[in-house]
Amino acid sequence: MRITIRLSCKEASRLISESMDRRLSFTERIALRLHVSVCDACSRFTRQLLFIRRALNALPDPDEPESR
Amino acid sequence: MRFALSRLRDRSAAEDAVQEALLAAIQGAERFTGQSSVRTWLVGILKHKIIDNLRKSSRARPSEPASDASVEDLEVFFGSDGHFVEPPGEWESPEKALEERRFFEALEHCLQGLPKNAASAFTLREMMGLGTDEICKELGISASNCWVLLYRARLSLRACLERTWFSGKARP
Repeated sequence: MRITIRLSCKEASRLISESMDRRLSFTERIALRLHVSVCDACSRFTRQLLFIRRALNALPDPDEPESR
Repeated sequence: MRFALSRLRDRSAAEDAVQEALLAAIQGAERFTGQSSVRTWLVGILKHKIIDNLRKSSRARPSEPASDASVEDLEVFFGSDGHFVEPPGEWESPEKALEERRFFEALEHCLQGLPKNAASAFTLREMMGLGTDEICKELGISASNCWVLLYRARLSLRACLERTWFSGKARP
């Protein structure tokens, strides 16, 4: 199996998204870390996706635990 | 009601879900154990109804088969060389956005703009807190399709937020 260690932004951003839904393989993690460490766009992309997740959790929601 | 609306993004569907939940609550009132507040219990029932509804609405659209989810039609976001067409810009003080009601309006607006299937998967994942295995089951799609749908939803949502909320800030 050929292991592609150099990712394009398209591949990297997909792995960034998938890392929020599944555990990446060891190779994927290494490749992604390498890419993000040199790519400003993808490191922003990562931060922004995490921010969006937090923002969605902060959406007005009646499900907040009430004081009993 | 707002809880249902923000997740279903369709007023009549949200009204239906709330009504069904209330009906189910009345029918199952003796099952309420008093261990949680009535409100938490009702919202729990409502969540089930919302999930049912999302599942149905995504299945009711055979014209948009979820199995078609591919990463090939992402050229809006990426050039043929795999680079971003428009690289993500720097978002200034996103923390502050969380304190602004208008930001959440922008967020809901962006959620409404998502393609239906991606929106269903994304809502189940991020707002109803389901794992991808459960989403696959609910929507009848494979795990990799599910990841692609979520990926597409995140790409669109991110771009939409940048356009509608974080634009005008410094770009590289």
